[in-house]
Amino acid sequence: MNNIILIATNELRRLFKSPLAWIILATVQFLLAIFFYLLLSQYMQPASAGTGLTEVVVSGMYQIAGVIMLLVSPLLTMRLLTEERRLNTIKLLYSSPLSITELVLGKYLGMTVFYCLMLAMISLMPASLLFGTQLDLGQIAAGLIGLLLLTSSFAAIGLFISSITKQPSTAAISTFGVLFLLWIINIAGTNSSENTAAIFSYLSLLKHYTSLLNGVFNSADVLFYIFVSLFFILLSIWRLDAERTYG
Amino acid sequence: MDNEILISVQELSRFYGEQRAIENVSFNVHRGEILGFLGPNGAGKSTTMQIICGVLAANHGSVKIAGYDINEAPRKAKEHIGFLPEQPPLYDDLTVDEYLNYAGKLRGIKKVAIAKAVKISKQRCGLENSGSRLIQNLSKGYKQRVGIAQAIIHSPAVIILDEPTSGLDPLQIREIRELMLELAEDHSVILSTHILSEVQSLCDRVLIINQGKIVLDKAMKELQNNSDKIDHIEIALRNPPALEELLNIEGVASAESNIKDMLRINFIPDIDATDAIVEKAVAENWGLYKLNPSDTSLETIFMQLTYGDNEQTQETGTTDNE
Repeated sequence: MNNIILIATNELRRLFKSPLAWIILATVQFLLAIFFYLLLSQYMQPASAGTGLTEVVVSGMYQIAGVIMLLVSPLLTMRLLTEERRLNTIKLLYSSPLSITELVLGKYLGMTVFYCLMLAMISLMPASLLFGTQLDLGQIAAGLIGLLLLTSSFAAIGLFISSITKQPSTAAISTFGVLFLLWIINIAGTNSSENTAAIFSYLSLLKHYTSLLNGVFNSADVLFYIFVSLFFILLSIWRLDAERTYG
Repeated sequence: MDNEILISVQELSRFYGEQRAIENVSFNVHRGEILGFLGPNGAGKSTTMQIICGVLAANHGSVKIAGYDINEAPRKAKEHIGFLPEQPPLYDDLTVDEYLNYAGKLRGIKKVAIAKAVKISKQRCGLENSGSRLIQNLSKGYKQRVGIAQAIIHSPAVIILDEPTSGLDPLQIREIRELMLELAEDHSVILSTHILSEVQSLCDRVLIINQGKIVLDKAMKELQNNSDKIDHIEIALRNPPALEELLNIEGVASAESNIKDMLRINFIPDIDATDAIVEKAVAENWGLYKLNPSDTSLETIFMQLTYGDNEQTQETGTTDNE
């Protein structure tokens, strides 16, 4: 456990040593602030009377945050393992008393902590509404958990792809491709039979997120994200292990 | 010397796909021993070292570090390893202190002991004043020192250094050599290098590997005993005589002009004609101003065992193709 935390803290420290992390935090915050303002002023229009503040503004912003995270996440995860290879530090890790599982979990944890920080920062905006009005905190919590689960599954997918690529840029673009595919895969099923459509729409990262955003806390959705994370973490462990044996 | 075996390598084989990297490599290293690992580029030195450290897995064979099998008890075994790969494994956006802290914790040093360990290893590698510098701003020699500092920080039983002196200036090389002699007092050291004189001055044992197989495993003392038999000398003369005159000296088998105005004189086996040549040079006023005894035993052996073999296999290789 100590080793996992050690890897995670080192990951975070190095992330904040580079301007990338700061720029990503600032950009995401700035973009979401614009959307937050737009949603809020839309809500203030007389036409939207009768709709809930939480639903329109908070859930709306988290919905957009999901999309922005999808765009930004590959840039954060691309260097997770590719850079260890480039700097040769992977050999330091392999020759240390530390298992591959600990290494992969540490990297995943580091990334997840970074996302938590990001979510905390963007949640300050809806939280500011609490000064003037009441919000449906249950729905916000469900949405927040959904966003965290979503981003941590992005991290697991990005981690796996960085374990199979040599260049950060190829890792980034492949991760983006995979994430985007999993995001819109439910569209693929629209013209096919009912069963196929159900499978495709079940696989979609977006669909499970939407129901959480609406305040429907279904354990099946939570389990879906946990399963995706576990699956890609396992693949990364296998991949690194195979690299030691056959690479 | 303590006879405890710290590194035991048994019948190690490793393939990269179809290509054989090493085959049937076995050797032991005792406590307090410095093992010099020689071989041409691509002979399998780095592969062997990486397998010993657990960076790569072997296809066959076993490695035991301080009694622990690297596959069955990797954590225990790796606690005793300090490894410097060919390219030092450095995070260039960290400072030297941050990096050594992290490396020390990775190697299992307790939190309370880490500051002291970092201090000692910096001292040993001459990094006292570089603690707060960013690694990316360091010169190559200093990066190499940080690499060595990271390998010895937890004072492991086994230290494995892949070309530790590459990129260093002569003074730094001397410092690193002294450091290694100091370390070898109670550790085992394996070091690979291309510099034969380094092996001669540092190592207790030499291992030559060629095309994935060990072709020589001898104590340095044995090799030096062999080299007491002088089979040639090199001399430089201001007024060199005709080659025939040299051949007339008793014990001289052949003579040839060498590079840099040196004359290489080969002796008839088991006869040392050095004295006769010097006497003659003085008597005939040849102006002898330089005399190099044959000091190249390791180099000769190395060439014979590696490049000699290469030529043979290349020849058979071409006949095979035909």
